Amino acid sequence: MSPVAGPVEPAVRRAGAPAVPVTRSRRPAAWTGLAAVAAVAIGAYLPYLVYSGTTDLLVNVFILVTLASMWNLLAGYAGLVSVGQQAYVGLGAYSVLFLAQHGLNPFAGLPVAAAVCGIAGLPVWWLVSRLRGGYFAIATWVIASAIPLVIVQFHALGGGTGAPLPGLAALSPTLLTAYTYWAALAVAVVVLAAVYTILRGRLGLVLTAVRDDEIGARSLGARVSAARRFVYVAAAAGCGAAGALVVISQLNVQPASAFSVQWSAEMIFVTIIGGIGTIEGPILGTILFFALQQNLSSYGTWYLIILGLVAIASAIWARRGLWGLIADRVHVRLFPVGYWLWPEDDAAPRRRGPALTRWRRRGSAPGR
Amino acid sequence: MSWVNAIIQGVLTGGLYALFACGLSLMFGVMKVINLAHGDLAVVAGYVALGVITVTHVPAVWSFALVVPIFAVLGYVLQRTLIQAALDRGVLTTLLVTFGLSVVIENGLLRFFSANSHSLDIGSLVSGSLHLGGQISIAYLLAAIFVVAVAVLLGLQYFLSASKHGRLIRAVADDREAAQLCGADYRHVFGIAAAIAFATVALAGIAFGMYSSFDPTIGTDQLLLFAFAAVVIGGLGSLWGTLAGGIILGVAQEVGAQINPADQQLAGYMVFIIVLAVRPQGLTGERSTA
Repeated sequence: MSPVAGPVEPAVRRAGAPAVPVTRSRRPAAWTGLAAVAAVAIGAYLPYLVYSGTTDLLVNVFILVTLASMWNLLAGYAGLVSVGQQAYVGLGAYSVLFLAQHGLNPFAGLPVAAAVCGIAGLPVWWLVSRLRGGYFAIATWVIASAIPLVIVQFHALGGGTGAPLPGLAALSPTLLTAYTYWAALAVAVVVLAAVYTILRGRLGLVLTAVRDDEIGARSLGARVSAARRFVYVAAAAGCGAAGALVVISQLNVQPASAFSVQWSAEMIFVTIIGGIGTIEGPILGTILFFALQQNLSSYGTWYLIILGLVAIASAIWARRGLWGLIADRVHVRLFPVGYWLWPEDDAAPRRRGPALTRWRRRGSAPGR
Repeated sequence: MSWVNAIIQGVLTGGLYALFACGLSLMFGVMKVINLAHGDLAVVAGYVALGVITVTHVPAVWSFALVVPIFAVLGYVLQRTLIQAALDRGVLTTLLVTFGLSVVIENGLLRFFSANSHSLDIGSLVSGSLHLGGQISIAYLLAAIFVVAVAVLLGLQYFLSASKHGRLIRAVADDREAAQLCGADYRHVFGIAAAIAFATVALAGIAFGMYSSFDPTIGTDQLLLFAFAAVVIGGLGSLWGTLAGGIILGVAQEVGAQINPADQQLAGYMVFIIVLAVRPQGLTGERSTA
């Protein structure tokens, strides 16, 4: 997609020196892949094993993993701090509602909703990409506040009070729960696989280069704006799919909650606490979030206050989040997107290439 | 005639928006920090004023004499500690930290003061207005807020251009390293700028509390976004542009409300989106990467 130097060759040759083997992961990746397949298979079989209360909780887990992974792609890799992704959560939910009102099965409407959000992301990107940094953040927020004001004008969509989702009454409750769970699992797996594929490929290299030094990356010919636009549209589609899952799992939609900034708060906090700029971080953060929520649910809004304080502390003192702390001690990469060098004279491998676990300040200090 | 009245009301509300926006604008101009907790801080100022009035029994109008200094100190302390720590780690970290602050403040207020709305009781002043015949009337309170807003902007302009501290702030904003070489302590200067910004936020929050009722969620739902829209419409980094932006936003909202009361906010956002599409540098700004 862009005329940058391609991915690093399998072996790096220095003049006169023997080839240094380079691998993606410190351990053979096949085992990680096998474990991932096994995890998805067990996850898919779960509705036969557990009560619907558990799968309902897991649906929310998958929704937040999806949202957080999308926000992580935006902020952690493309440097786009959006506070307006709730626009696509709401738009995805309302797309499913609109399609269901016109006879399309909500589960079939899910991918359509994601596509609608991706397409809607293009004109929004055209607008908000004119602003940078903090102004970009609030501009996304303003747009996300303006969209529900338009939606409530349509009485067919329930106006300000919202509407129930038709089209699923024929399914038995058990079957509906299971279908919803599988849909949520599928969305989370597809989103994670997409993020992983994007980051291992050329686009990942461009994004990492931009994040570390935008001017340097531009001067090497990286098509920065195109890469950012692609990421923004992809994140819009992902959040739209999550929004579709929200309406399917709740069976009704209200403008105030579908477009609530609380979606942004949750995805941002979860990503920062888990570890921004890593694929593992949002997953870990989501697990932590639900553990906290289950234990503090009797205290009402306290969990959001505690989460916010932990996120602030994490953003300042533990910038690579929980996963960064873990990954430093045990050299594990569940999603290897960097490279390992295996020099012959050195027993311990050195990491090389894009240090994806580090979320550095853009255009940062000299002497790198 | 009701249209003329709507425009007059819009202009006057624009003063209030400009009062909200100038602190946002100042903090961005000097330290490149977008304070996403800006609106919530204004709401906090409203609650603090409420507490001050209850405890000391001063008239509501004079509560600012106590609240504004408190907020100036709060601004200095917050800038020297939390915001500076975030700033040292990059501009994006300041966004995450101030957003976290915003969520924490909003939910904290919900926790302790419930979602009920409050307002600052200023007696008969709130309903008093000057009738100019027909349907045109100017509320004394709104006119007073407009005058205060213009006075604050004038004062800020004079402070930044003429006073010793103002020149220091502009020097640090223009070129931090060079200012440091000349002996300026940029952290202290940032603290002063934040103190001024927080003082204006407190003033705006109290003015808003007198003009209308406030609740914990209004800080981000309306105040922050309106202030930001005013800044973008007017042009980034220009104080008088901010006033113009606030007035345009206010007029758009009032005219929108005149067409359909439900469309008040939407009309304001529409103007914002049109300006962003047609003239992203704002009305007064020069084209640059902000």
